[in-house]
Amino acid sequence: MNVIYLILSNWNFIAVIMLMMAGLYIVISNQNFIKKLVGLSIFQSSVFIFYISIGKVSGGTAPILTGIADTIYSNPLPHVLILTAIVVGVATNALGLALVVRINEAFNSIEEKTLLSHKIEDSRHEFEKGDSWK
Amino acid sequence: MLILDNIPALLVAIPLLMSAIVSVISSDRIAWLFALLTTLVCLFMAYELIDIVSAKQILSYAFGGWEPPWGIAFIVDSANVYLILLVSFISVIATIYAHTMLAREIAVEDLPKAYAVWLLTIASLFGLSMTGDAFNLFVFLEISALSSITLIALGAGQDRRALIAAYNYLIIGAIGATFYVIGVGYLYAATGTLNLLNIIERLNELGTNQAAITGLAFMLAGIMVKAGIFPVHIWLPAAYSYAPSAVSSLLSAVATKVAIYYFARLIFGIFMNITQLIDFFLLYVLMPVSVTAIFYGTIAAIYQTDIKRLFALSSIAQIGYITFAFSLNSHSGVSSGVIHIINHALIKGALFMAVGIFALGIGKRATMVSLRGVGRQMPITFAGFVIAGLALIGVPLTAGFISKLYLFKAVFETGNGLFVAIIAISSALSVLYLWKIFEVMWLQEPYQPLKIEKEPAVAYISLWLMVIAIIVFGIYSNGVSSSGILAANALIGAR
Amino acid sequence: MSSLQLILAISLATPLISALAVLLFHKNKNLRDICGPIGGIITFTTAIVIALAIIDGQVVSITLWHIAPGIELSFRVTALGTLFGLVASGLWILASIYSVGYMRGSKDKNQTRFNFYYAVAIHAAMAISYSGNLMMLFIFYEVLTFSTYPLVTHNQTKSAKDAGRLYMGILVSTSLLLFLPAILWVWVVSGTLNLTRGGIIPVDFPSYLLPILLAMFAFGIGKAALIPIHRWLPAAMVAPTPVSALLHAVAVVKAGVFSFLTIVVYVFGTELLSSSGSAVWLVWLAAFTILVSSIIAITKDDLKARLAYSTISQLSYIVLGGALATYAAIEGAALHIVMHATAKITLFFCAGAIYVNAHIKKISELDGLGTRLPHIFIAFFIASLSIIGIPPLGGSWSKFLLMVGSVDSGIPLILGVLAVSSLLNVYYLLEPCARAFFKPAQKEFHIENHTLTIFPPLITATLSLLLFFAVDWVRLLTNLMVMP
Repeated sequence: MNVIYLILSNWNFIAVIMLMMAGLYIVISNQNFIKKLVGLSIFQSSVFIFYISIGKVSGGTAPILTGIADTIYSNPLPHVLILTAIVVGVATNALGLALVVRINEAFNSIEEKTLLSHKIEDSRHEFEKGDSWK
Repeated sequence: MLILDNIPALLVAIPLLMSAIVSVISSDRIAWLFALLTTLVCLFMAYELIDIVSAKQILSYAFGGWEPPWGIAFIVDSANVYLILLVSFISVIATIYAHTMLAREIAVEDLPKAYAVWLLTIASLFGLSMTGDAFNLFVFLEISALSSITLIALGAGQDRRALIAAYNYLIIGAIGATFYVIGVGYLYAATGTLNLLNIIERLNELGTNQAAITGLAFMLAGIMVKAGIFPVHIWLPAAYSYAPSAVSSLLSAVATKVAIYYFARLIFGIFMNITQLIDFFLLYVLMPVSVTAIFYGTIAAIYQTDIKRLFALSSIAQIGYITFAFSLNSHSGVSSGVIHIINHALIKGALFMAVGIFALGIGKRATMVSLRGVGRQMPITFAGFVIAGLALIGVPLTAGFISKLYLFKAVFETGNGLFVAIIAISSALSVLYLWKIFEVMWLQEPYQPLKIEKEPAVAYISLWLMVIAIIVFGIYSNGVSSSGILAANALIGAR
Repeated sequence: MSSLQLILAISLATPLISALAVLLFHKNKNLRDICGPIGGIITFTTAIVIALAIIDGQVVSITLWHIAPGIELSFRVTALGTLFGLVASGLWILASIYSVGYMRGSKDKNQTRFNFYYAVAIHAAMAISYSGNLMMLFIFYEVLTFSTYPLVTHNQTKSAKDAGRLYMGILVSTSLLLFLPAILWVWVVSGTLNLTRGGIIPVDFPSYLLPILLAMFAFGIGKAALIPIHRWLPAAMVAPTPVSALLHAVAVVKAGVFSFLTIVVYVFGTELLSSSGSAVWLVWLAAFTILVSSIIAITKDDLKARLAYSTISQLSYIVLGGALATYAAIEGAALHIVMHATAKITLFFCAGAIYVNAHIKKISELDGLGTRLPHIFIAFFIASLSIIGIPPLGGSWSKFLLMVGSVDSGIPLILGVLAVSSLLNVYYLLEPCARAFFKPAQKEFHIENHTLTIFPPLITATLSLLLFFAVDWVRLLTNLMVMP
């Protein structure tokens, strides 16, 4: 009974963990560079939700002065932090996508396996010819 | 004095502002000049900071007058003031070096923007080394990661593999940073504050707290990624070896060092309060990991043929030495770790600079094959390279020896013969890969007739500035060693 | 700077200046080749002045920098150092004259490089001998290793390069793995590295760790060629003979045993070693090395290889003296540095002279050569007798003192080892002479006459004769070393 109670009363954490694992799994296992970035986004979003949910004070209202004395407010700080983190996440995604575009231009592929064989080819080329500016 | 009072803020604000200005300049010369001036101003301010800190012991700078725990605070004490000086010194020299090197390695129209990102990186490094706010650190961590990824990706002008290296760094770095944020979240949930000094106070009141421990574990894991500590170092060799040489020398010299400093701060500042876990962590996690890093890095470097990658691998071993010193959990251990942070930054920066000049001279990637006989053709660079290489081994009269001296002191104080053997064997192994390069470059005949470009004077002047610093710090070691001891006092208290 | 400091500085700088002069005059053969002997004479003269000052009880020292507390870059001349400085500089004069004859005789093309590194190696040896600090000694120990590498691989053949790799591999790895950690260990426990008579290891150093520290030094100083780490010495014999002569009879190997003796006398202190008994294992290891390498020497037909193994055996005499750590034994060991250097350089000179004058390297081909090259073989004979230890030759004194020392220390069995070793010496050293003088010639010899290769061995042979009578002068220095 205890376990079920624990799960139900902490359902937000369960959701966070599931999202987190899904995101991490995609990043690690997927071969496609864009899908990896999607995974990364999911992974980061899970952390955002984690922050926001711990900022909630039960029974609390939005942290705007109401003029009434004993009002319970939710903690605004995690929201502020996550606003920053979202911006950072957007920047990361943008840079990542820009890199994927460049990779596609340079290698004609964004699949990890193909890229790996390209990389190996480059190294062999370098070793045999003793040069590789391109 | 308005300026003197606001140095911690200005150290970040000036490069940040200048980066915005530089990005709209169209002339690459003027962009470079602006970058150089900015780094020089930062060097001057960092120098002033030493005086302030030695007078005040600890300088806490509250942004916008919002005192912590409400506002964001920058903390400067004797543990990080030398790190700030180091970052500013290396960034000046690396900027000088970049003048010729970046111009030849990337497209001219990209140069001003590259300098803008360059300044952004430097600003974030200052921020990382000063901030006293756990979440603010994440922001700087990401600025530093994104800007250095951009710089690394610029290496694609010469080698397209730089793009993949940058992408991998982005993914791994982002995961690391997110881990760090999760940790901060837990710690915040447990203590209700983000200010590092406050966190320490609250943890003392709380006693053992599972959320705090979990949070710290996540934070440490995240920082380890940035610091290039062994099992999560995998982004590092490729990133450093395909980046433009100016970028490699800047990043290898200071980027990881700043993260390692923060790692030490977390361990000895916060983690130290959770007594039952810290010993376990240092002895059974950090120490084995460091020893593995030392041997993995060294042995992998011996079998490596690409010179830049070789030195990147050696960096992993050297970072291993630093964390090994920390894991001894003694005053002399921590101070030797700090000393090695300073010395290794100089040595590795110089080595990457030299390799960059060689590669430029022969017009190819520097490998064991293409560098044959190059030493005789480029004697000025080669001489600097040899001195820096000897310093990496730890030959007396170089800065590397001072590191080794204090590391051995720390190790002997533990009275454990095995530790002595580990350090002695690994440093003897490091002779192998350097000797191999020296032999290839000096004694072997060129692979094909060499068409050597003239050594660019600006580049080798900056190399030699580093080399002179290496020699001076090897002979007059008092400055570095006493700063190491002061830093250890600040980090783990005078024991 | 006092006049003595100036002389010390001259003594240290002259070989280096001479090396630079070699580079400067690389176009003019005669001018270039005279640099070595002139440098040698100046260095030797200053070494004598320093020796007189030391006997007089004066302190000769220069301090350059303090690297860290207790670690300073300084030269402070010790009695033992004076002795080694005299040997290295004095024999350099003859060796540099000889090498001119040898190199010209063998029509070598890279003489400038050769002369340059030769002088640098002497500089390192002089700096080692005058070091006042263990760290300084270590630095120049490494300089000596690195500066002799181009000499060992001088011929640039594959075998020379392989030998060079082995040479560097053993010397550098032992010094980094054991010697440097041992030095730092001493620094950590005693807070200083300045060489002090009576030792610097604190009294409370745990006695069970003493043998470990001693072993780190004994094996860390690879140049002393104790048996498991002796392989570099025979390998390095691929070098031209003047290199073998000076570097592997005088500078390199003697720098090794000199460093070891210095550590025994000025770091451990003889009292500590003899009272704690922590060096007994080393006594037996040295005895083992003496006998085994003598036996290996007998099996060698190549003259230089035989001399190389003989050197290994003789070096262990000195290590043995240090390990016995009684006054007589230490004195004997110090004397043996002088006596063996003089005699062994003669033998190498002769081996080289036989090669350039008659193009023979193997002992079995020496039959009947004695009458054709009489001067060389007479010198060879005299030097052999000195190494065997027969009066009236210098080597007899050092062996005598070592025997006294072994009785003093209560290990009389070492007497037997020394006696057997002398017998083995007789066999492997007198065989070449016996063949040359008494066996009939089996083939025609093509004799060339390179005068510059013939008279240096005669001089050094005479020197080992004179040293027998002049031993009291040498003992003025060795007494300073051991007397409280």
